[in-house]
Amino acid sequence: MDRTLVIGIGNPERGDDAAGLAVAAWLAGRLPAPVEVITHDGEATSLLALLGQASALYLVDACVSGAPAGTIRRLDVAAEPLPQAMFTVSTHGLGLADAIELARALDQLPAPSVVFAIEGRRFEPGAPLSPVVAEAVARVGERLRLELAGHAKEPASDA
Amino acid sequence: MTRKTIKVGYLARVEGEGSFSVVVRGGKVRSAELSIFEPPRFFEALLRGRDFAEAPDITARICGICPVAYQMSAVHAMENALGVTVDGPLRELRRLLYCGEWIESHALHIYLLHAPDFLGYAGAIDMARDHGEAVRRGLALKKAGNDIMTLLGGREIHPINVRVGGFYCVPRRRELAGLAETLKRARELAAETLDWVAGFDFPDRERDYTFVALAHPEEYPFNQGRIASSRGLDIAADQYEAHFVEHQVARSTALQSRLVDGTSYLVGPLARYALNFDRLPSAVQQAAREAGLGPVCRNPFQSIVVRAVEVLFACDEALRLIDAYQEPERPAVAVTPCAGIGHGATEAPRGLLYHRYRLAADGTIAEARIVPPTSQNQASIEADLAEYVEGFLGLPDDELRHRCEQTVRNYDPCISCATHFLRLELDRD
Repeated sequence: MDRTLVIGIGNPERGDDAAGLAVAAWLAGRLPAPVEVITHDGEATSLLALLGQASALYLVDACVSGAPAGTIRRLDVAAEPLPQAMFTVSTHGLGLADAIELARALDQLPAPSVVFAIEGRRFEPGAPLSPVVAEAVARVGERLRLELAGHAKEPASDA
Repeated sequence: MTRKTIKVGYLARVEGEGSFSVVVRGGKVRSAELSIFEPPRFFEALLRGRDFAEAPDITARICGICPVAYQMSAVHAMENALGVTVDGPLRELRRLLYCGEWIESHALHIYLLHAPDFLGYAGAIDMARDHGEAVRRGLALKKAGNDIMTLLGGREIHPINVRVGGFYCVPRRRELAGLAETLKRARELAAETLDWVAGFDFPDRERDYTFVALAHPEEYPFNQGRIASSRGLDIAADQYEAHFVEHQVARSTALQSRLVDGTSYLVGPLARYALNFDRLPSAVQQAAREAGLGPVCRNPFQSIVVRAVEVLFACDEALRLIDAYQEPERPAVAVTPCAGIGHGATEAPRGLLYHRYRLAADGTIAEARIVPPTSQNQASIEADLAEYVEGFLGLPDDELRHRCEQTVRNYDPCISCATHFLRLELDRD
């Protein structure tokens, strides 16, 4: 399997929670063809099914850690677990950190697996992205474009 | 005599936020109290002033695991108020959608929330390291349920295709054909699931529950039937409030429901199964017997086995419904607003879910009442703890605490729906 997958996670109706989706939209048409960009609502079990179908995985999600809004973190989750407290934890199910750990336990977590986390500020229903988060979206998009341009060449040179 | 207190700061693997305390003196349980401190959610007030047609989508938001149940009780109550009958293929599609929800909700609870209790793991992730094949099976089964919800409901969480009178759009026969292949495989996984859970080690505990569930003369109930109990109750949904009373208790932001005589009762898989065993298809009855169940199961620790039986049933029923499906002429029957009161009760995965609405002449909701299954089971959870904990008192503290948590998780409680986690406090001398 040789499949590079970028998954933008979020809820389009909840302010900065849409950051991951906005990065996916920013990346459209800017990545080499073999890289797939999809969006996801973050439900852990269906997300888990996707994680097992990639050979290289890039997840983008909003987070809340108390850092200034728009702060970007690049987390190598193939190396260590995601800090659970940073991501919205649903009392009603499992979150992104659970999906990643279940994938690791089931030997379905590809390497590389990277999470870009964008610190959000506002999550009210119907709110737009905060301006600082919108700026961070473009920065994460650009970082992913550069990182994946390099990554996508590898299979081509192997072929 | 020394006093002993055990506290669990966060009881995992339940949905919502609450706590539990048991006080033990002289080897006897003095009190067992379930406290729910999740803030109240005011859905009933939020519905007032909204249009009747909005109720299925608003109430679906009460729960991310069982939104279909809220949609179904809402549409049945509205149709009851407006004098509308939905039958034929539209009724069958509602049963099919409910099959999807039972499969995904039960599979989630069996594999990720409840099984770790029986196999000695802190949670599903630890369990997955040693039981990867089982967890993969559970996830595939859950996905089959979600696939039904996506096809019929437009998306797998909070479906958007249910309306008073039917659906916004209905599937073509060929669309369902693809789903049938998924469900045939899911049926095999469900049979394996039943074998797997039947082999768990169950504490030998039973209580003489008053089981309450829908009962229907011809079918294992999802949407329709009379409200029946194991002690002879047999009423239509509109009589519910004459027989069941909700009480405010200081420790809970969710109202506690009891029978009018003040006793507790149990809703959910054990109750449905006990009151409707002979309506299960013979193959499913046979599978239940092979899994060690009789026609009535009073051991709540075996609720995981009954859930597995219900998943098997839901797969068979879904396949039957798909095979018999005829595309309806219209996706919904016409509905004209009028003043009235309507009642609806359907079987959420966790048990009976009751809705009542009073409508103004233009269809505006004047009053709404929603009684979720976990509200109804709170008193029974407390009674289980009061009775079973005494039998576990010889265990070391951490094992005792685990047994208490397991006793609560037997109910697959959705504390969010009931208002909504559990901190456990055990105080013994």
